[in-house]
Amino acid sequence: MEENKEANESAGNREPERDGHSVAGDAAYVAELEQLQKVDFALVELTLYLDTHPNDMHALQQFNQLAQRRAHLAHSFEIKYGPLMQFGHSYSRYPWQWYQPPWPWQV
Amino acid sequence: MWIYEKKLQYPVRVSKCDPRMARFLLEQYGGADGELSAALRYLNQRYTIPDKVVGLLNDIGTEEFAHLEMIATMVYKLTKDATPEQLEAAGLGPHFVNHDKALFYENAGGSPWTATYIQAKGDPIADLFEDIAAEEKARATYQWLIDYTDDVDIQDSLKFLREREIVHSMRFKEAVEILKAEQGKKKVF
Amino acid sequence: MYDGQWREWKPYVSPWDPCPPIRVKSYVVAPNLFIPFQPPNLPQFSLDEALSRGTLWPALYSPYPSRREWKGG
Repeated sequence: MEENKEANESAGNREPERDGHSVAGDAAYVAELEQLQKVDFALVELTLYLDTHPNDMHALQQFNQLAQRRAHLAHSFEIKYGPLMQFGHSYSRYPWQWYQPPWPWQV
Repeated sequence: MWIYEKKLQYPVRVSKCDPRMARFLLEQYGGADGELSAALRYLNQRYTIPDKVVGLLNDIGTEEFAHLEMIATMVYKLTKDATPEQLEAAGLGPHFVNHDKALFYENAGGSPWTATYIQAKGDPIADLFEDIAAEEKARATYQWLIDYTDDVDIQDSLKFLREREIVHSMRFKEAVEILKAEQGKKKVF
Repeated sequence: MYDGQWREWKPYVSPWDPCPPIRVKSYVVAPNLFIPFQPPNLPQFSLDEALSRGTLWPALYSPYPSRREWKGG
């Protein structure tokens, strides 16, 4: 995670200044992203499971609960770090945030 | 349609500058049993597979693109700051003169991806068995890749991807069972 | 719990083999091979653990330690 600091500084050049706040690509971003990745992963697993077990009510309830939790997590993540999705599935501040690095493979 | 999400499915860390590993990883990028083949195979088969299992092919095919992006991330990070000498030593000289640092859909031996890697027979059982075989072959490739790197961070991501092959294989087997049970037979899953 | 996922076999060793023989070879039999159809309500990993292991269900988990050392890689 140490090497992130450099990436951070260069990302910081393009990112709007947010004093004292964590920016996309830094250690806090990676940690928060991982919280989202954990919930999203369970949702992937449950999706595939439900595709072959459509009548499993328990799994379905767990899926819906996690989907709700996911929405909250993604929302607070996006407020801090910018949109996760495009084509209108996420909001953007001014100026347009979507195209700003870092892209996932750069982090 | 598809909506891109600006995040990886699983965190990818690469801690050792090792372009040789980038070359090996290409097997899962543009190889016969790689992630591109997997995604295109399932998403193409879903048009003619019975409705009961379309959702599964759709969703596994979609997940494969997330895996493709993880492999691309590893290759990108392993090559982006490598010198031409390092790339040459890694056996990537021929790649370098044709593509520079660009990624290309080819296997570890440098053969470009081809649609002959994937099949769509239009017979649901034949297609699903091809899919099960593809998952098991990809699992094996991940094992050999894990064996050939000493970067524990790359091993970590590859172990995740290997486990996904096992889960996908499980689901495709269930899809076969679902199709076997059709024809008005009552079965509680 | 996961120890039973390996199988071993002994390849024929010829006195004329050029390299020192590997007497025992092994392969993995992952848990999906033994589950015809996943039953409902299987125990789950915590969400933290599920991501790091690559599955939500311990019953589908297959560890794979790198065999680099004894493969001579």
